[in-house]
Amino acid sequence: MATAEVLPEAQALHWRPRVDAARLRRQGRLWTVSAAFHVVPFVGTAVLLMWVQPLALPVALACIAHAWVIPELYAQRGANVLRPRRRTGDGPERRSLGLLGDLVDHEARELHARTGLVLEPGRLGTWLVGEAGAVLLHGRRGRAYCYCVKVDAGHAGAAELPSGDRIAHLLLALRADEQGFATVANLSFAGARWRVRRRMRSDMRPALDAARRPLDAASSAAA
Amino acid sequence: MSKLIRMDHTGHSTVAEWAPDDPAAVEAAVAAFRAELDRGYLAMVSTGPGHAEQVRELPVDAHLVILRLPIAGG
Repeated sequence: MATAEVLPEAQALHWRPRVDAARLRRQGRLWTVSAAFHVVPFVGTAVLLMWVQPLALPVALACIAHAWVIPELYAQRGANVLRPRRRTGDGPERRSLGLLGDLVDHEARELHARTGLVLEPGRLGTWLVGEAGAVLLHGRRGRAYCYCVKVDAGHAGAAELPSGDRIAHLLLALRADEQGFATVANLSFAGARWRVRRRMRSDMRPALDAARRPLDAASSAAA
Repeated sequence: MSKLIRMDHTGHSTVAEWAPDDPAAVEAAVAAFRAELDRGYLAMVSTGPGHAEQVRELPVDAHLVILRLPIAGG
């Protein structure tokens, strides 16, 4: 059996550094710094305005609103990677879900039936795989890394795939080469899990809670 | 009976079926496998819970071989 350890899609992106735990931490810190650069100037301006001229309250409030909205927009972009896509016919949907069900265990199957997401433990953390993206919970605090990744639209038939097949494509690639998967995917957001959770559809939130449990258990064991 | 399936718009299609001790069926499956790879599909086999492997030649002894399309960042 001829095997390839590195995902071919990742090999094609030779200029991208391969994602590992250290790189994830660095990316997480960069996102935190970037969020601070967006928030602090607006909050600072609001405080300064109120100090100089209390009548500038409306402008100060607008600044505070900006400071609140910008991180929320980023979190929304992150949560969007898990949004379900357009459904195909009932027959193909059922067949694709049957195949996906064969690839995962009973618990993951049950969670997918409730939330539309597949929970997959990995070496980098716990993954939630959707139809056009995945969220990785990484580190002791379970920072959320939201990745936009899907079946390459340049191939004929990619757009007509039913939902189960879209997830199965991502799941198989993730299982073959987790780091390569994260390298191919585009990072849409990295930040606090609660920010992403709040922006997820309510029926999908239990999947994020389930993904969090192994991390919480590991933290408790370490304490 | 081993199966080579392709994920497509129908959910999935069976491209080939073979028994390892049936040389004619194996030969047909190998030909179908190569044709799908030439079309840009990637072949995967599960290698245990949470693990999969890409294969470039048909693993005749595998129970199930799945053909998938490449993925890309969105």
